[in-house]
Amino acid sequence: MSSASGVAREVGVLLRPKLLAVRRRRGSRGRLGRALVLLAVGAAAWPFIYITLVRLLTALRGVEEIGPLLAARLLGLALLLFLGILLLSNLIASLSSFFLARDLPAIRSSPVDWLSVYAARLFETVVSSSWMVVLILIPMVAAYARVYGGGPGFAAIVLASVVPFLLIPAAVGSALTLLLVQVFPARRSRDILAVTGVAAAALLVLVLRALRPERLVNPETYRNLVDFLAVLRGPASPWLPSGWGADAMMGSLLGSLDPFHLVLLWSTAAATFVIGAALHYRLYPRCFTKAQEGNENLMRRHFGWRWLEALLAPFGVQRRELILKDVRMFFRDTTQWSQLIILAVLVVVYVYNMQVLPLATGTGISRYLVTLVVFLNLALTGFVLAAIAARFVFPMPSLEGRTLWLLLSAPVDAGTLLGAKFLIGLVPLTGMALALALATGWILGVPAGLFGLNLLAIVGLGAALTAQALAWGVLYPQFESENAAQIPTSLGGMLFMLGAVVTLGFVTLAQVWPLRGFLLSGLPGREARPPLPEELAFAAGLTLLVCVAGTVIPYRLAVRRWEDIGRWSTDA
Amino acid sequence: MITLDGLTKHYGDFTAVDGIDLEVPPGLIFGLLGPNGAGKTTTLRMIAGILEPDGGSVEIGGHDIVGDPRAARSLLGFVPDRPFVYEKLTGAELLRFTAGLYGLGGPEVEKRIDELLELWDLAPWRDQLIESYSHGMRQKIIISSALIHHPKVLVVDEPMVGLDPRSARLLKDLLRSYADTGGTAMISTHTLELAEVLCDRLAVIDRGRIVAEGTLDDLRRTAATDAVGLEEVFLRITRGATDDEIGRVVGA
Repeated sequence: MSSASGVAREVGVLLRPKLLAVRRRRGSRGRLGRALVLLAVGAAAWPFIYITLVRLLTALRGVEEIGPLLAARLLGLALLLFLGILLLSNLIASLSSFFLARDLPAIRSSPVDWLSVYAARLFETVVSSSWMVVLILIPMVAAYARVYGGGPGFAAIVLASVVPFLLIPAAVGSALTLLLVQVFPARRSRDILAVTGVAAAALLVLVLRALRPERLVNPETYRNLVDFLAVLRGPASPWLPSGWGADAMMGSLLGSLDPFHLVLLWSTAAATFVIGAALHYRLYPRCFTKAQEGNENLMRRHFGWRWLEALLAPFGVQRRELILKDVRMFFRDTTQWSQLIILAVLVVVYVYNMQVLPLATGTGISRYLVTLVVFLNLALTGFVLAAIAARFVFPMPSLEGRTLWLLLSAPVDAGTLLGAKFLIGLVPLTGMALALALATGWILGVPAGLFGLNLLAIVGLGAALTAQALAWGVLYPQFESENAAQIPTSLGGMLFMLGAVVTLGFVTLAQVWPLRGFLLSGLPGREARPPLPEELAFAAGLTLLVCVAGTVIPYRLAVRRWEDIGRWSTDA
Repeated sequence: MITLDGLTKHYGDFTAVDGIDLEVPPGLIFGLLGPNGAGKTTTLRMIAGILEPDGGSVEIGGHDIVGDPRAARSLLGFVPDRPFVYEKLTGAELLRFTAGLYGLGGPEVEKRIDELLELWDLAPWRDQLIESYSHGMRQKIIISSALIHHPKVLVVDEPMVGLDPRSARLLKDLLRSYADTGGTAMISTHTLELAEVLCDRLAVIDRGRIVAEGTLDDLRRTAATDAVGLEEVFLRITRGATDDEIGRVVGA
């Protein structure tokens, strides 16, 4: 084994290419978009987390005796949640950094000390899986500092707690991954972890929704919240790093810091590092060899593609094969189809939200509220559609990057290719939107005329947003990207979302006239009436105009751009 | 069958292909040779209709690849230098998909798929995902996809990469037989032994221009050498490294 300074030098050498790649990618178009998206999300999320927590902590502080205890419990719960997230994301990230990264064969064949490889890869794993948790922690601890008067000493304690807190799940996660790869090939393990990760995230969304966090904005319910938190007065995970971290931070804020918690954190981090390194030394060479095995790849011929082939027969051979290819690839890629789980959960949460809306029926106010909600429902459904189109339709052109040679050397015109992709996006997107609109319309008891207008707008939006996602995907392709999940966060993805919001704005505004008439008819002294046919017809015409223009213009632009791909793409 | 007229391609300020004129008649194998970065792959990609030329034209069987791309591409089969294909399709599905791109389907395509998979010993792998294929197997499935529609013109960039000796011999025999029955093959290769035994005519491309063209004898005349092998002729035309330069590097 090399000396400590030798290992440190080798770790530096191993990390240098990553740092250089990050520095050089910083100026690229995709990176700029991603940075802007992150900035926008950060600008919205940080103040939200900070203000909500400051408000909540201030309210808790007012509760005599148990206030600080509840604040500590809340911090412990948050850290426990982060610990779970970190463990899962480290499991996935270490699979990539230890077993699937493309530079591993070169590193394995070089005379670098095994400990240097372990330390460098562990560092990469920590960075790639923990940055988001750190970003959320910043406004959280800032809120605690604000309410409890934390100064530079508190900041030092936070730093001393967070570093081992991040390191422990990384060392444990990479060790578990090592053991997992002993049993399954790396690609199979990745699939298992991907589905587990998405399912866990979906479960988390459901649990958070079931807690009904909207009650937090109602001061009258604080009493109930306090009761709720007071129930959790049992052991606050005394055996877990989250409990030690929370105790150290709260101790610092309340002037009762017990250094033992920090000792526990650092000694556990050191122990997990040593155990992880020992496991790595013992098992990694064998596991790395096993990781090179292929996926479980025997396809079952009776899967049922035949019925889809028969269904697509009217589209002709070219379109049929293009559609079949994309559908097969989608359902065979675990990282793609597993997104449907979280999508399904979001739809359930959305419909549930509609059901629990406090709209008292039979009162004068309910008429206004219901109408307003119908109006908002269209905008929200449209926004959900835009987000789904950004996730699934926008990346479609980019995903052809490495196989462009096959499409471009065959006699397939741009219209046929993009037409197939348009259909693949349109059918599920519009189907889901219609299901959402029907469910929520039925729950809200929307009048028939408005309901019809709503459905027309949803179908039109489905077409327009599919075409626009496709067009932006062609205009700003990320042919070099291998990760479909990253493509929507590029500049093109952001521009699509902006364009989608504008389209959504126009379609929503087109509904104003009949809604306005309907609402005004309910005022005192006027006879209540449903929207008039001419109002509905005008709104329907305007909606159709916006949606047809929003579909045809971007689609044609995309086709024209794709026809010229041989001229502008360096990836062709 | 293949006509290049003043074919030009720039990447920014760099001229990758600089006004190439070439006529390849039907029924022969034409070899495109040249050092790394000479412009071979760019030329083949323009012939295959993947890249659009900045100047000049490409005609396949009398159809302009830019003006009448559908007709021109219908005659073509292309094998790229890097075997990137849809990893989540099986071998049989990829061949069926490629046939579909040419508007072909039904029992005839299924029969053709079986023939090609049998030929390349891929039949046991027909229902396995391509992500589990080795480099050589990918090369074989791509060559099969280029042949699925009975093309009149075959454009092949580095055909032997990853193939085992048996498959390499099979490909040589296949190309010979293909040309003998009227097909036109244009191949780019760094394997000069292959070019020497397989190609009926050759062109050496350097810095985007054709610097020699014709039979091996024609190339010898251009190089003003009596050397027997293509390697010597090629190195003389493209000014290969001198013994002094090699000595310095090895000595260092």
